[in-house]
Amino acid sequence: MKTVEEIKAAIEAAVPGAVVTFVPNPSPSAQHSLRLEPSSAVRVAEFLRDDPDLAFDYLSNATGVDWPDKEIAEKVKVTREVKKAVDGVEQTVEETVEETRKRVEPGCLEAVYHLYSVSKKHGPLVIRMKTANRTDQVELPSLTTVWRSAEFQEREIFDLYGIAFKGHRDLRRLLMWDGFKDHPMRRDYVEPDDFEYEPTAHDAVLKRAQEHKNRDQGAGIREQG
Amino acid sequence: MSGVETKTERTAGWNRPPVIVPTGEGELLELSMGPHHPSTHGVFRMDLTLDGERVVRLRPYFGYLHRNHEKLAEGQTYLASMPYTDRLDYICPLTNNWAYALAVEKLEGIAVPERAEYIRVILGELTRFQNHASSIGFLVQEMGASGTPLMYAFREREKILDLFEELTGARMMCNYMRFGGCRVDITESWLEKTRKVVAGLPGFVDEYEALLASNEILMARCQGIGVLSPELAVNAGVTGPMLRASGINYDIRKVDHYGIYDRFQFRVPLGEHWDVYDRYMVRMLEMRESLRILEQALKEVPGGPIIDPKAKLRGFRPKPGEAYGRIEAPKGELGFYLISDGSPNPYRYRVRPPSLINLTILEDMCLGLNVADVLVIFGSVDIVLGEVDR
Repeated sequence: MKTVEEIKAAIEAAVPGAVVTFVPNPSPSAQHSLRLEPSSAVRVAEFLRDDPDLAFDYLSNATGVDWPDKEIAEKVKVTREVKKAVDGVEQTVEETVEETRKRVEPGCLEAVYHLYSVSKKHGPLVIRMKTANRTDQVELPSLTTVWRSAEFQEREIFDLYGIAFKGHRDLRRLLMWDGFKDHPMRRDYVEPDDFEYEPTAHDAVLKRAQEHKNRDQGAGIREQG
Repeated sequence: MSGVETKTERTAGWNRPPVIVPTGEGELLELSMGPHHPSTHGVFRMDLTLDGERVVRLRPYFGYLHRNHEKLAEGQTYLASMPYTDRLDYICPLTNNWAYALAVEKLEGIAVPERAEYIRVILGELTRFQNHASSIGFLVQEMGASGTPLMYAFREREKILDLFEELTGARMMCNYMRFGGCRVDITESWLEKTRKVVAGLPGFVDEYEALLASNEILMARCQGIGVLSPELAVNAGVTGPMLRASGINYDIRKVDHYGIYDRFQFRVPLGEHWDVYDRYMVRMLEMRESLRILEQALKEVPGGPIIDPKAKLRGFRPKPGEAYGRIEAPKGELGFYLISDGSPNPYRYRVRPPSLINLTILEDMCLGLNVADVLVIFGSVDIVLGEVDR
């Protein structure tokens, strides 16, 4: 198999306008990855599948990763003017102070795909895409049109991470039920205190039964307890 | 399918199953099958839309057994997830252990001693054997052979589970593999028992084959049913015996040579007709190939340590990075994707479940067939809901 850098060069030569970034992996596994821009991702994916040398015809694994907002504390050297009494006379002196500044690095959601080639028997190639943020811009293009095996896996990512895949033919929750609101695999997900309670269609029935019990009951209805 | 003409067309790309045009006679019937249907292998539900007896739409529903295995694993140390992997595909706990151990070994760059590799291969192939035997049993049970072939398979599975119990202390929840090796060493008496059991297994396969292979009902119900074309199988990520039954020569034991599989001689059985009968036959032949590997591996197990002395069990903190490790589990490609941020817990822990992804094309295979065929096709996929729903 070509190295990941060579594949990157091949993509850039073949797909006009494709922006691909190399993401190194320091682990001994040395599975480096390529980050695709969402705008050109589908075209790049089609190239990876159809190119006779690469022939990544098999998408093995698709999954999400949550990168929450990170607060980074940095030590910055700041020069500022301080009024100081020097030799009894008040003067303005420049002074360099170290200051700890906190900045928030905005988080994102990431979709990671592991590709193999069944015909050439090589792999894996890891490709990844990032959303703009974690709240309102969580759209990524769906790769189901290129590899059908993304169908359930992208549904699972949508379910557990909340990435909305544009172009997916049937984007519903896969594992949680349809009325569920949150995305449990996100790192800031808070488990509910009460696992037992779960609104069901039977809530209305229960309420009606309660009302029925309290009503002045006539003949034919047995007294409860 | 005879007598009814089905009109199917494949829309552009692979992302849609073919469209079945109803005959227009009578109304369509919605049928919800499961989650407590006897032949859904646990809690799986599918909504069928029927035109008479013909299936025109099939929608699978998952999640009845969902406990968010991945979230649980991200909240605890690497080692603490090992017993949980047993519960994924609970028919084959040892291959689940192996896949997870392999992924962590890739992440941290741990080498496995030769003796441990031999033990892993022996246990892995025993697992594959008993999985295929019982999955064929379940398949024929779907066709109404209530129990007999399944009990034949369970009789042999019992012997293999006894071996697991003696070695690991548990019949199904083995929790046996460790990063860089295995938990306890095998003894000479265990090896002797295993050799004895393995020597008896070819007789069982012969008996099983004589019982089933040319059975008229089995042939009538399986041949030409649930055809899956190789192009679609690859594109839909189908793996394991299902992929090979569609004629694709792709066995991760041969492709990746993980462990010490390059030392053993075995063949990869392939299907020709891509139907349920081929899937049955591929599993049957794979059982024989597993026995061949077992005979070679059991001949002489080298001595030495069973775990890498440098591998840390307590206080294990892999360096930041990520790794994807996969093995050829009995049901298909079982992969683990791990991201480490240097802490004792994995930052991301993902299981690639072969059972779930093999179900992607269930609708494609069932459209235009009868309800009774759906059960047979579903049985031929060979799933375990513990792994599908995680």
